[in-house]
Parts: sequence; C-alpha cells; structure tokens
Amino acid sequence: MTRSKDSVEEFERALLTIDRARASDILELLNEGMSPIEVVEQTIVPALEWIGDAWESGDVALSQVYMSGRICEELVDTFLPPADEKRKRQPVTAIAALEDHHALGKRIVYSSLRASGYELTDYGHGITADKLVERSVADGIEVLLVSTLMLRSALKVEALAAGLKKAGSGARIIVGGAPFLFDERLWREVGASAMGRDASDAMRLMTELNGAL
Amino acid sequence: MDQPSTTSLERTLTTLGHNEPDRVPLFLFLTMHGAKELGMSLAEYFSRPENVVEGQMRLRARYGHDCVYPLFYAAAEVEAWGGEVLFFDDGPPNAGEPIIRKRSDITSLEPPRVSESPVLQKSLRAIELLKSEVGDEAPVIAAAISPFSLPVMQMGFDSYLDLIYEDRELFWRLMEVNQEFHVEWVNAQLDAGATAIGYFDPVSSGTIIPRELYLETGYEIASRVTERANGPLAIHLASGRCLPIIDDIIASGAAVVGVSALEDIRLLKAACSGRITILGNLNGIEMRRWTHEEAESAVKEAIAGAGQGGGFILADNHGEIPFQVPDEVLFAVSEAARKWGSYPLDWVDEYGV
Repeated sequence: MTRSKDSVEEFERALLTIDRARASDILELLNEGMSPIEVVEQTIVPALEWIGDAWESGDVALSQVYMSGRICEELVDTFLPPADEKRKRQPVTAIAALEDHHALGKRIVYSSLRASGYELTDYGHGITADKLVERSVADGIEVLLVSTLMLRSALKVEALAAGLKKAGSGARIIVGGAPFLFDERLWREVGASAMGRDASDAMRLMTELNGAL
Repeated sequence: MDQPSTTSLERTLTTLGHNEPDRVPLFLFLTMHGAKELGMSLAEYFSRPENVVEGQMRLRARYGHDCVYPLFYAAAEVEAWGGEVLFFDDGPPNAGEPIIRKRSDITSLEPPRVSESPVLQKSLRAIELLKSEVGDEAPVIAAAISPFSLPVMQMGFDSYLDLIYEDRELFWRLMEVNQEFHVEWVNAQLDAGATAIGYFDPVSSGTIIPRELYLETGYEIASRVTERANGPLAIHLASGRCLPIIDDIIASGAAVVGVSALEDIRLLKAACSGRITILGNLNGIEMRRWTHEEAESAVKEAIAGAGQGGGFILADNHGEIPFQVPDEVLFAVSEAARKWGSYPLDWVDEYGV
C-alpha cells in the first residue's frame, strides 16, 4: 500500500470502528521502510489528533477516542517498547485524576501520549493535592497533567498549584476535563499553565512544551 | 403576569402538553444547598430523610421554583449495591472503588433489593414526606441512574467501555441484572409519591458513544425500562449532547429530555418542538461565577431559544447545581425566570435571534 491521504483515512476508519486487526494491517503496510518514530509521527499522531478534534466538534464519540488511543498504544508498544531510547526526548511528565475517582479522561490522554511516543508516570486517581505535590517533587516532574470530572476536584488545582510553588517545583500544570470545558475561564482561575480540551490538545501542548523546556 | 391560581404542577403539566402556561416553569435541581440552609455537613444532611425534606422545603420557599427534588446523590445507588461512597464537605459524594473488579464478577452479580437498602429507604421516605408536604401543588421529581450508565460507577468507565466493545454477552448479562434493580427502584419511587423520574443516562449521549452503538445498547435498554416503569421518565444526559439521537430519544418513549449547554438551544427547540419537552440548559459550572447580569442574560437566552409554545422547563444542564453556586446567583436566576418567562413571550421576536 502506498502512503496516501486515503490510506491514512482508512487507518482512522479502522480505529473508529474498533477494528484492531485492520488497523494493525494498514499500519504495517503504510509504514514499510520507515523508522518507528516516523511511523508514530506520520501516521499515529495525525490520526489521533484528527479523532480528538472530531470529538471536540461532536463528530465522533468519547468511546471511539478512548478505544482508538488504546489500540494505538498497543500497536506502538509492539514496535517501540516502553523505555526504548528511540522514544521521544521529553520533559519528565506525570498524569493524575486529582481527587476524582473518574479516571476515563486520564486514561485517554495517557494512551494517546504513549501512542505518540511519550513516556509518562501514572499517579492514578483519587489522589489529593498534597500527595500529588509530594510525589511530583520527589520525582522531579516538569509537566503534570491533571484530569478532573467534578467541579470540586477542578477547584483543588488551585491548592495543587500553590503547593507546587511552595515546594519550589516549577512543574507546569496542564488541566483537562468537563469543568474546564464548561467554563473556559476556570483553568486560569485555578492557576494552571494550560488547558487541554481533548487528547489531541494534550498532544499539541506536549509538543510545544517539548520545544520550550 | 403571574396567575396565583396556577400551581407549579399545573404549570409543568401545561408545558409538558406543549402549551404555554402562565410562565416558564423553573426547576432548580438543588441537592446540596439544603445542607447550607440547615447548617450541616453534607454527610450529616444526607443521614436523615427529614433533613432533605426540610432543606427542599426551605429552598423552594426561598427561590419559588416549581419542583422539589429528593435526590440524595447519584452514588447512593452504588451504595445499595454494596459499594463504597466517599463524602466531601464541598461537593457530591463520589462512588469509591468499583464493586465489579473483574469481568467474571458480573456472572454472579445479583441485584440488591430496594427494601433491604438503608440508603434507598431513606430516599423513599424523603419522597413520601415531600409528597405529603406539597400534595398536588408541585411535582416531586425523583431520579435514577439508567441501567446502561450505572456501570460507570459499578466498574469504572474505562473497564465498562472495554466490556461494551469486547464482550457483548457479558455486557447484556450486566444489563439484565441492572434493569431488574432499576425497574424496582423507579417504581418504588413512583409508589412513594414521585411525579416523574429523571432517567440519568449520560453514557447514551452522542458525547460518549456513537449513535449506532447507542441504538444497539442504551436505546434498547431505555425502551425496555420505559415500558416497565409505572410513570413518566425524563431522559437526562447530564450535560451530554443529545441532538444526534434526539429522534431516537423521542421514539424510546420519554416525555422530557435534559439538554446540554454545549448544544444550540434553538436547534434543540426546532428538533423537539411539539414532540418532547426540553429541560435545561443553564451552564451549572459557569453559574458559580455568574454576576446578576450574566445570570439574567443566560436565562433570557434560554427562554428566547426554547420557550415559545411551551414544551420547555428552565433548569441547569446537569441535573445537579454545584454546591459552589452562591445564593445570589440562584436568586438572580429565579428573578430572571419570572421577569422574562411570563407568557406570552412578546419580547422574543425583538430579541437578537
């Protein structure tokens, strides 16, 4: 198969219909002769970005975004294992669902970033701001991705930002989740560095930070 | 102008019949503000049905809205299934760790009995007491999580999506068990005096799953439940998008649909007019920081978009107003609903549509 817009779209279609085998076959054919990181950057990342943007505009559903991220994460792990030196150079990054026990948003961003060649530590869900400060400082985290579903959890980002600052951490906090989608001023109010509307936003923000840090 | 002879129930029933009552009904879905009224923590407030009843009555006296809302908290249903519930001082209790930890747990899962669940019995008692307080003057709006959406709390969202896509047989086994519980719970609330049930089904929304999957799953389940429920259901997608599936929601038998602030209310009105009543669509998250003017503007915009001809109840878009929303904003919403919601809505044609 030659690389063409049609074939990349076919890969996207396989992801959206949750057809793992088809996605794997297309990827293999599309990327003959390419390096693993080229595969990631020229096929996986554009596909996941397109799917994320399509969710934002209401054209695909969150379940499709989630499953696409998972499939890509699994496919990438087969040819670019975790900790492989060919993975991207990046700031030290972690992700957590702050206070919240709703972990889907975190899982989607985690999978999408891993499928894009990033490595990040998963601090889990239901973690308090104090604990997150402690772990971030101990691990020298430079970028902290924070997912929330409940408004009360989103408001705890303020305590997290204050705690990190007090502890001398310069970690950038990128927030995401429903409260930030429904109130676009909220991320600034709670002292985050940026807000990602969806997984593709998170991927773009990571690329920007990769250049800046 | 208000007609004092029109009760909240009459106002609501008129709009449900797609006719214009004296004014747009206002439902303030306040589950937690009663605790502030009573000077209690949320855990203490929800420990006794009498507290919830007192809170609801005081809030309605204060804001003059058109329903009472005896919902304790969504996670109460998981509590009935033996799950852990975590209380906070500043927000709704959350479900803790999932009760279904591995897929094989579904095989042996049995539905809890409503009569044996202390938390559900408290909720039923609150409904009974509220019904005896308001009689036929105002609707008692109860709530239940749909069998299709409950697994988000029973097993975690990601595990649940994996199940839907990867093991449809086990998925249907879970749905059968959940439906048995759900129908018993819904009908117990109706028997206790609830006027209607908010059927909370966020997973069915176009935000979460594609329409073709919804038709195979959430739609099928909603249709089955509607047939077995002994009263009306209002489908609420809890801020999720409904436009992609609005015709299907109507076909499933619902009388009301809760709509999202993220969708154009005029498009929603065009799709729903004369077919299903719109409930919404005030942005509960932004509401926390609204000024008086912003509250009035949001109310005016919603009424302009969906009020004409009835078939519209003004409410927040999530079915639960956040604890952080201040009293001043609730007053401003209530005042604006009266100011701009009186029929006929002569001002709407002049409004910047």
